[in-house]
Amino acid sequence: MARPNWVPAGTDLDKPNAARVYDYYLGGSHNFEVDRRMARQAMELWPDLPKIMRANRAFLRRATQYVAADGISRYLDIGSGIPTFGAVHEVAREYRPDARVVYVDLDPVAVAHSRLILADDDLCQVVDADLRNTDDLLSRPEVEELLAPGEPVAVILNAVMHFVTDDDESAKILARLREALPSGSALILSHASLEGRPDQAGSHQDLYRATPTPLTMRSREQITAMFEGFDLVEPGVVYLPEWRPDDADTVDPHPERMTGMAGVGRLS
Amino acid sequence: MTEAAAPDHGFRTAWAAMLRTGHGAAVRPGVLNPLIARTADLLHRAAEEHPFRPELAGQVGALLIDNHFTDPQLLSDAVQLIQTRPVPDGRGPALSGAFAAGWAAALRERTLREQEAIRLAADTARQEVERALRVSEARFRALFESSAIGIGIGDTDGNILAVNRALGEIFGGGPEDMQGVRVNDLMHPEDTPGVWEAYEELIGGTREYFQFDKPYYRRDGEVVWTHLTVSLIRDDDGSPLYQVAMLEDVTDRYRLQERLRHQATHDPLTGLPNRAAFFERLERLFESPEPDARFGLCYVDLDGFKVVNDSLGHDMGDQLLTVVARRLESALSPLGHMVARLGGDEFVVLLENCRGEQEAVAAAKTVLAALTRPVVIGDHRLAVGASVGVLERRISSTTPGAAVRAADLTLYRAKEAGRGRWTLFDPKENARAVSRYAVSVRMPAALDRGEFFIDYQPMIDLSSGAMTGVEALVRWRDPQLGVLSPEEFVGVAEETGLIMPLGRWVLEQACEQAADWVARFGDRAPKVSVNLAVRQARNAGLVGDIDRILRSTGLDPSMLQLEITESTVVGPEDEALKALHALVDMGVSLAVDDFGTGWSNLAYLRDLPVSNLKIAGSFVGDLHDPAKDTHLGWRIVSGLVSLAHTLGLSVTAEGVESRADAERLRLMGCDLAQGWHFGRPVRPAEIARRIAEGDPDRTAELPAETGPGGVERRHAPLDAAPAARQLPVPGPDFADEPEIAPSAGPESAPGIGPESAPGTDREA
Ligand SMILES: C[S@@+](CC[C@H](N)C(=O)[O-])C[C@H]1O[C@@H](n2cnc3c(N)ncnc32)[C@H](O)[C@@H]1O
Repeated sequence: MARPNWVPAGTDLDKPNAARVYDYYLGGSHNFEVDRRMARQAMELWPDLPKIMRANRAFLRRATQYVAADGISRYLDIGSGIPTFGAVHEVAREYRPDARVVYVDLDPVAVAHSRLILADDDLCQVVDADLRNTDDLLSRPEVEELLAPGEPVAVILNAVMHFVTDDDESAKILARLREALPSGSALILSHASLEGRPDQAGSHQDLYRATPTPLTMRSREQITAMFEGFDLVEPGVVYLPEWRPDDADTVDPHPERMTGMAGVGRLS
Repeated sequence: MTEAAAPDHGFRTAWAAMLRTGHGAAVRPGVLNPLIARTADLLHRAAEEHPFRPELAGQVGALLIDNHFTDPQLLSDAVQLIQTRPVPDGRGPALSGAFAAGWAAALRERTLREQEAIRLAADTARQEVERALRVSEARFRALFESSAIGIGIGDTDGNILAVNRALGEIFGGGPEDMQGVRVNDLMHPEDTPGVWEAYEELIGGTREYFQFDKPYYRRDGEVVWTHLTVSLIRDDDGSPLYQVAMLEDVTDRYRLQERLRHQATHDPLTGLPNRAAFFERLERLFESPEPDARFGLCYVDLDGFKVVNDSLGHDMGDQLLTVVARRLESALSPLGHMVARLGGDEFVVLLENCRGEQEAVAAAKTVLAALTRPVVIGDHRLAVGASVGVLERRISSTTPGAAVRAADLTLYRAKEAGRGRWTLFDPKENARAVSRYAVSVRMPAALDRGEFFIDYQPMIDLSSGAMTGVEALVRWRDPQLGVLSPEEFVGVAEETGLIMPLGRWVLEQACEQAADWVARFGDRAPKVSVNLAVRQARNAGLVGDIDRILRSTGLDPSMLQLEITESTVVGPEDEALKALHALVDMGVSLAVDDFGTGWSNLAYLRDLPVSNLKIAGSFVGDLHDPAKDTHLGWRIVSGLVSLAHTLGLSVTAEGVESRADAERLRLMGCDLAQGWHFGRPVRPAEIARRIAEGDPDRTAELPAETGPGGVERRHAPLDAAPAARQLPVPGPDFADEPEIAPSAGPESAPGIGPESAPGTDREA
């Protein structure tokens, strides 16, 4: 995995890419035919996918609001993708106008896009780094600067840890991040899950196997374990729509259909 | 807007609910709430205001798209909802249409914008990647070009495609000189076995990399040693594509290693292979010999080297050794023999593939011939000679260790036989010497294990026939070698220094025994006589030791006699003299043992505080040698007796074996006698029995024994004859006690000296 960071990752536009496929599910047009072809294939098998993605995005919005309202104004959004709308800095600034965000992604196209749209925002930075190369990520100047003052930082790992296929590796990444975080920091994490729709999980993973970012769905237990060292905020690790909904009535009667699980943890 | 209780209240609620679900759930409240209000308001105005402005509905569609409500399902839901709203003057269809058109037009714009943005991002990313690639390629190139390690890239057919400067330099040229060179051209006769097999495996794709130290020829013909690492590069499908070789010049390290190896295996003075190298070579020879392969060894020791070294100095000695080494080397190397220096003035010639004894002897003669011419160093003409021990054997018949020992012992014999000669290995001589060797190895532990014991031989007062004394004689019962007599181990004990503890032990035992006899038999107890080794006499602790032993055993000093040899005291200044005086002052008496055999200096015999002379057994023994003049023999003995008496000393005759001799000695005035005629050395209990029985006069009691036919060789120099242990020929009475032929009396016959008994058993 450890690739010296001065050897760039390729931009293979012939292969579907998680960031752009995700954008397509969300109704965006930041994607190419390869991405759409794969997305359509996936949706054919699993028509709920766009809804699930929206639920994921909605969780990110609520979780960001929650920590921002709690006073956090520094964000490290890892695997940020193509934040077409409702980007973390926008949501956070509703509560903390001074909110700073460092967006991190592995995909050079996503990074380039983020840079284009964030060029004028002094409080936002975009870093191309691989989460699995955690030490490298943490040593990037933008990230160091974000962590330096020792103020609480919200690390966002939304719909990205399932791209780390090895369990040992994911545990190491989280431990490493936790060590680097000042006290009072938060972890916002959502993850594709085996629970809810075990019938769908297999074929969906198969589809991602062909992408540069294969996908591993995990159980609630495994996902909860990722919060080790953090205090889970109520209601703990739950289906995406169940996490602190704006209005209890708007929760879909079948939250398990939104097969992602999510939670927020705080570092004491 | 102010439609709190507006007639479209129901519509507004449904509109808000629609926008809050689906995508709306992901939109932050700060955006979503104003959006809901604004769009509902615009729709209200489009429906109610005059004039009818359908574009207001179109704006609603655009606003939704701006906030990413791009889901076609939303369009469908929204149109249906708008349709349900009561609208005046038939505006409904137009209003819906305008909304849908506004939504679609904005979506199209948005789509195009996003497509453009993502294209731009993709381009930017690609450019960025290309730039980074160029940078990294430049870095790699710099790394390649300026690397201190030689790097070469080749294809899997063995064609060298590119090399860097360092590699060119390793080969003594520039990178361009490597053009057209093939990997296979780079073989070297000293290549480590396996390097080319590994190479074949690598280009064949069954091995990922290998590492070896490998020599190459430089362009100028010199050899360069490299630490070589070769790795295989595969293409995306995993087929072998390139080989990358990295070479580090380790010639200096190699040279250093070789020098260190040379130093470790060569004698710095003469440049000859050293002891370690010789043994390594010898052992290699023994590793897997042909069945009949033979080898030869010539052990060479210079004669008189010590004299040169001591009189002319070490420098001269060193120069002499250098010349000798050169001569031996140039005389023997052409014959294919190895010459090594073992240390000091010892050299060895190793004959591999020896064709027989003749060849080995010839080599020894060559050695001697090479050293006949005097060596001229400065003004000195030094006559050097050498002694050579020659060994020639089948490899399979021996071991390196045994061969070396045998050659060494053979050399010893050559030296003994007179210098300047070679001696051929003799298995019989060797066997004797080897047993001596075994003794030296086993002895240290023997004392701890209590393998030594003491026998006592009676000493008879010739005038009364009473046993007035006993001589303590130490024995060693070795579990493997059997019972050994002093001749067989005392020499070794002297050499190893073990004589000190052993001698002390004998003294303790003998005194304790004597004290025991005194306690049991009072006046009738014999005086005990113990041999003292030269080394013991010279030891500063002797007087203290004896004092302590006498005190602890309670033995009266007058009951102890110490036997020394003539060589114990070599001059009036000898320190040993002081100790002897102190002992005599203490009340202990002294005897000179083996009198007449050493370099007796009668002058200082006078200064010695001795009270007894023991005439060596050989004098009495000679009386029965048919080859010798008996008459003269008796005159010598009688001369010795009167000499002793003149000096005021009593005389003891050793080796008395017949009643006739005993009688004659008595008549001559000899005071005491000892020998088989009066009793062999026996266990202390036997002595006790004789005391108790009132020790009859053996002169009368024992049948006369035939005199010794053999000659006692007690005084052959210690180092001349390895304490040979001749075959025991037990007499009928002594079947369980091997008789030892005393052959070597060390210059001192310590506590431990040989008994006065004949060497050969005439009874057999
Ligand atoms: C499904 S998107 C999630 C985007 C956003 N976090 C959200 O939840 O809306 C996953 C993103 O993670 C990125 N990603 C996948 N593996 C990654 C890794 N090892 N390091 C950094 N980013 C990674 C992908 O490029 C993609 O943009």
